[in-house]
Amino acid sequence: MLSIKNIVKQYANHRALDDVSIEVEQGSIFGLLGPNGAGKTSLIRIINQITAPDSGEIRINGEKLNPSHISQIGYLPEERGLYKKMEIGDQMLYLAQLKGMSKSEATKKIKYWFEKMEMQSWWKKKVEDLSKGMQQKVQFVATIVHDPQLIILDEPFSGFDPVNAEIITREILELNQKGATIIFSTHRMESVEQLCDNIALIHKSHKILDGKVKSIKNSYRNNTFRIDYFSDHGVIESNPEIFQVINEKTLEEGKQVTVKIADDKNTNDVLQYLLPKVRITQVNEVIPSINDIFIQNVTALN
Amino acid sequence: MNKTLLIIQREYFSRVKKKSFLLMTFLVPTLFIAMYAVVIFIFIKGDDKVKEFRVLDESGVFVNKLQDKKNIDFKYINGSYSDAKKELIASEGDFLLYIPKNYEAKNQIEIVSEKKPGLNIVGDVQDQMENVLQNKRLLEAGIDTSIINQAKAKVIIQAKQITEDGEKDASVGATFVVGFVAAFLIYISLFIYGTQVMRGVIEEKTTRIIEVIVSSVKPFQLMLGKILGIGMVGLTQFLLWIILSAGLATVAGTIMLKTDSSKAKIEQMKNNPDQNLQQPDARTSAFLNFSEAADTVDFPYIIGTFLFYFLGGYLIYSALFAAVGSAVDNETETQQFMLPITLPLIFTFIIGMNFIVNNPDSNLSFWLSMIPFTSPIAMMIRVPFGVPLWQLLLSMSLLIGGFIFTTWVAARIYRVGILMYGKKTSYKEIAKWFMYKE
Repeated sequence: MLSIKNIVKQYANHRALDDVSIEVEQGSIFGLLGPNGAGKTSLIRIINQITAPDSGEIRINGEKLNPSHISQIGYLPEERGLYKKMEIGDQMLYLAQLKGMSKSEATKKIKYWFEKMEMQSWWKKKVEDLSKGMQQKVQFVATIVHDPQLIILDEPFSGFDPVNAEIITREILELNQKGATIIFSTHRMESVEQLCDNIALIHKSHKILDGKVKSIKNSYRNNTFRIDYFSDHGVIESNPEIFQVINEKTLEEGKQVTVKIADDKNTNDVLQYLLPKVRITQVNEVIPSINDIFIQNVTALN
Repeated sequence: MNKTLLIIQREYFSRVKKKSFLLMTFLVPTLFIAMYAVVIFIFIKGDDKVKEFRVLDESGVFVNKLQDKKNIDFKYINGSYSDAKKELIASEGDFLLYIPKNYEAKNQIEIVSEKKPGLNIVGDVQDQMENVLQNKRLLEAGIDTSIINQAKAKVIIQAKQITEDGEKDASVGATFVVGFVAAFLIYISLFIYGTQVMRGVIEEKTTRIIEVIVSSVKPFQLMLGKILGIGMVGLTQFLLWIILSAGLATVAGTIMLKTDSSKAKIEQMKNNPDQNLQQPDARTSAFLNFSEAADTVDFPYIIGTFLFYFLGGYLIYSALFAAVGSAVDNETETQQFMLPITLPLIFTFIIGMNFIVNNPDSNLSFWLSMIPFTSPIAMMIRVPFGVPLWQLLLSMSLLIGGFIFTTWVAARIYRVGILMYGKKTSYKEIAKWFMYKE
């Protein structure tokens, strides 16, 4: 749906994006991950046509990015903002109309969303009279009120309390099910790991990794398992033919050991070997988090 | 719907609906008219309180020679100087005019009073005494004062302007006032509305709504919409002021003329100009002259050019104000960038008030009324004096060219500045922004 090709953006003293290419599939939830200052916001601004790239191109549904796409994109910036002294209802209308909606259409849509999010009574209120969490809700509605096909959320969960974050997550998933493509941008990688189908990792203006979350994680699995157990006769020790103990620790009840299984063996072999010796309570595969993968990649680069 | 139009609408209505706008709109003309009314009232009524002058004339030269005026009553007394002084304090009288016997040698005429006498009163008395003394000396020298009175010439210059339509009265005083007021209004309003544009830009930047908006519209559209919207607020305010002032002035005028005494006074003066000359009540006639002179000013023409120069000047300066607003994070940081913007305004205003009004056709006045940054003020001072059409048209086209140019420059700074947070901006930085390509 969104195809970003070889984008370069140079500011006076530093290069914000260096030859970044990303594909976002129609209807997917995409995570744009990376630490602060990596270039995420620069990329998002380019997609939103706030700034233009020095080279490279962006296509939406095969069409070169142009002003007609503005009405198809919903953008929630990291730095939230609304006119403090303007009534919420008027403000929503204004922002929706700027996105190209007619007044009557916008009114209908805003009423629908206000009802859905239980904020009907806010219409005549001013932003300065609302709490931070309420403002976030208003801002979220402003982002999606024009039924965008592509929704870009920059740090969407910062500033939300857990209850509201849950509501917003639900709404985002519902929008996604109705066909909208979602892009999350965040530096808190664990927060969107479960939500995203695909991710791209950006670090120091470069894309260092992208793909399906599952396959990325699979490719970083290394046959490591965590085993909780009780034992009366000492601890589990390495058996070079089957596994290697990487880490040991004593739990409140029983003990835990982290093992790396030999390449030609599997968990069954390990269990067969261990069952006569100890009482096993739990076996878990150690799957690296995106954060771990990121750190691993960055350190490898350095 | 056109997005720039939407922005103009929001900027316009969000300001016009404010209570402060309504307050300003009604308060300013009311105050203006009230001030005007008070001035007229004082002109007509004058200083009501009659001051009593006790004249202790030891020389005897001035006895019964000084004429009572509207607010001065002369009363001649005898006795010693010290007694008179005591009496003055005891009786709470107003003034004691003491003329010693050999006043000419001693040069020691005194006005004694508890409170300080006004400059006018002292001047009046002095004038009368000089006249009396002059007459006395002329008589002593054997010259008939009646001949001198006949020979006394009084010159009144009537300024007339020649146009193709024929001659018309040109009152320099009224022209001066009209030019002054127009230039002053432009000067003030460029600041007021320019600052409003700047505040609006800073507000959008600090609330960070800017990012949402520029993801929907081009920065240039936003800047233009803001400038035009606020400009229309200014125009609305001026139009309401003009309408309200005209309305209130008519009402006030009718009420003033209904008071019989003042009506009679004005009638009397109109019918008896000769008497006016002989007994000029300076203040009343000044008012009369002014209201007559005001009739000679071509108000539709002045108001028309005023609105044009307000709009042109506003567009030039507000674009620069917008650029400044985009370059900073809060209002306190604007100081360093304000100077180059406000300097030409203040400079022109000062030059205008001191030089252009006195030399409306000089070279300096001409050039100042051509340069787009100074012409809104300089030209408005010149316009009431009459400006050749070609100069007016040239100045207007330069002004239009000027605002297109500054808007272009400002837009290039603005589009980068609005997305820059948290950095302290320097002129060098701004120059860099200007050079960024789209």
